Amino acid sequence: MNATVLPPGLPRPAPSVEGLGQAFWEGATRHVLCLQRCQDCRTWQGAPELICRHCGSYRLGDEELADTRGVLYSWQRVWYPVHPALKDAVPYVVVLVALPQAPGVRLVGNLVNDPGGPLPIGAALEAVFEDHHNADAEYTLIQWRLMS
Amino acid sequence: MSIKGRVAIVGIGETKWYKRGQSPDAEFKLCVAAIKAAAADAGVDPREITGFSSYSEDRNTPARLANALGVKDFAMSVMQWGGGGGGCCGAVANAAAGILAGYCDYAVVYRGLAQGQFGRFGQGAALNVIPGDMGYVMPYGMLSPAQLFVMRITRFMHEHGVNQSALRAVAMASYHHAQNNSRAIMRGKPLTEEAYDASRWITEPLHLYDCCQENDGAAALLLTTTERAEKLAQKPAVLLAAASGGDPRAGEFGASACNAPDYPTSNFKYVARRAFATAGLGPQDVDVLQCYENFTGGVVMAMVEHGFCQPDEVNALFTLANLKAPSGRLPLNTSGGNLAEVYMHGLSLITEAVRQLRGTSPNQVPNAKVSMVIGGPMVNPVSNLILGSS
Repeated sequence: MNATVLPPGLPRPAPSVEGLGQAFWEGATRHVLCLQRCQDCRTWQGAPELICRHCGSYRLGDEELADTRGVLYSWQRVWYPVHPALKDAVPYVVVLVALPQAPGVRLVGNLVNDPGGPLPIGAALEAVFEDHHNADAEYTLIQWRLMS
Repeated sequence: MSIKGRVAIVGIGETKWYKRGQSPDAEFKLCVAAIKAAAADAGVDPREITGFSSYSEDRNTPARLANALGVKDFAMSVMQWGGGGGGCCGAVANAAAGILAGYCDYAVVYRGLAQGQFGRFGQGAALNVIPGDMGYVMPYGMLSPAQLFVMRITRFMHEHGVNQSALRAVAMASYHHAQNNSRAIMRGKPLTEEAYDASRWITEPLHLYDCCQENDGAAALLLTTTERAEKLAQKPAVLLAAASGGDPRAGEFGASACNAPDYPTSNFKYVARRAFATAGLGPQDVDVLQCYENFTGGVVMAMVEHGFCQPDEVNALFTLANLKAPSGRLPLNTSGGNLAEVYMHGLSLITEAVRQLRGTSPNQVPNAKVSMVIGGPMVNPVSNLILGSS
């Protein structure tokens, strides 16, 4: 797709200096959801860490989900632009999305098809991979579409 | 050993309050003035202050303050971790712990803000790249404190059927009380339910009036032991409990917060339990409450997590009639709070909690004996305290 939900100018994501999130953001460029998972107790970690928060294991891996659907867990519709790049982009919707295939994991993204009004918490969503080709970096944001 | 009954707030100091960026004085000068005012209020020579405690990465360092105040010894400097006002009561807890440990006799808790000098609190720097935890949210336009916290409120309202009227009641209480407070920034600007409903959205479901002000000024609290307090100028506000921390799995602001196992929370479930256990009291014993309005929905969640009502009772409790002094069921934010008196990152809520016990509040609750403060809901760590008249 050509258009992005939000205009250019917002900071782009990157792995932490420790490398956390590297597989996630690299997976996004391949249009897959790739999440950290403990290789011992099998717990998913939506916020990657250097240790499994559930069992304490250091044996962490990254696994791809078989499909890219989610469920609307919470949302906000932003009307006041706090960043200069967003001055003409309001309102926009930020969604918090639960992933049934990876229990406990939630992702933040934007809604590409805001119907207006209160949004239906619990509704099904599908991921939309939004490729950015900036002069200094190529990256992909994971956006969401309300399935009808 | 418990902290209960052993340390007191004996002096409170405040500068004039200003709108953001309008202080004619430098932030450090405001801070010094507030500390001197707290010492004078207590009848203590400021050179006796040898302990310094603050929070939220206050820019006014204890080394510079000790030097400027000419203190006789520089014995304790403590910074409470965490941003926003989550640490306002934690800074009191830390100062009290230092006094009990014998590190210092008099400790000051302080906060200074001059945002014309230093730029706006809560406004992120312009970044090209955001690595790690925040990289999962900021590229999606989830940048400011309101945007980082509001989806907890939305989820909480969804799970418990909370109406917008509950958030509105918190704003109405603050504005109502500010009309009697000559120091309040919003005095002379009363809020009606119609004006609230018609006000613009900041981010749904938060209207303009659900969000705190931004201000310049400084405030300080002087603490010492309850034994020393008896010989000082003011009726002491005795610390019955202070607690800080949060849900161990609450995370920080970005992906870790969004993935917290318990998401729709103000992070007070653990902290509330500890504070009431220390004091040997329950929510039914609290005569007057100051609860930090960064955003009104956080106040609702924090009060539920302190047991002031059950989640399914929110719509019934949160009305202006129930929340206003002197006669409401639970008078809330009686100086006008962060929304309508001043946003001093929580310290002005603690000075008001002390005034309620002295009988000098602009909206006095008759015979208030237990006065509670809840600081900075939804950040991590958070903190609270309970003050008593004896």
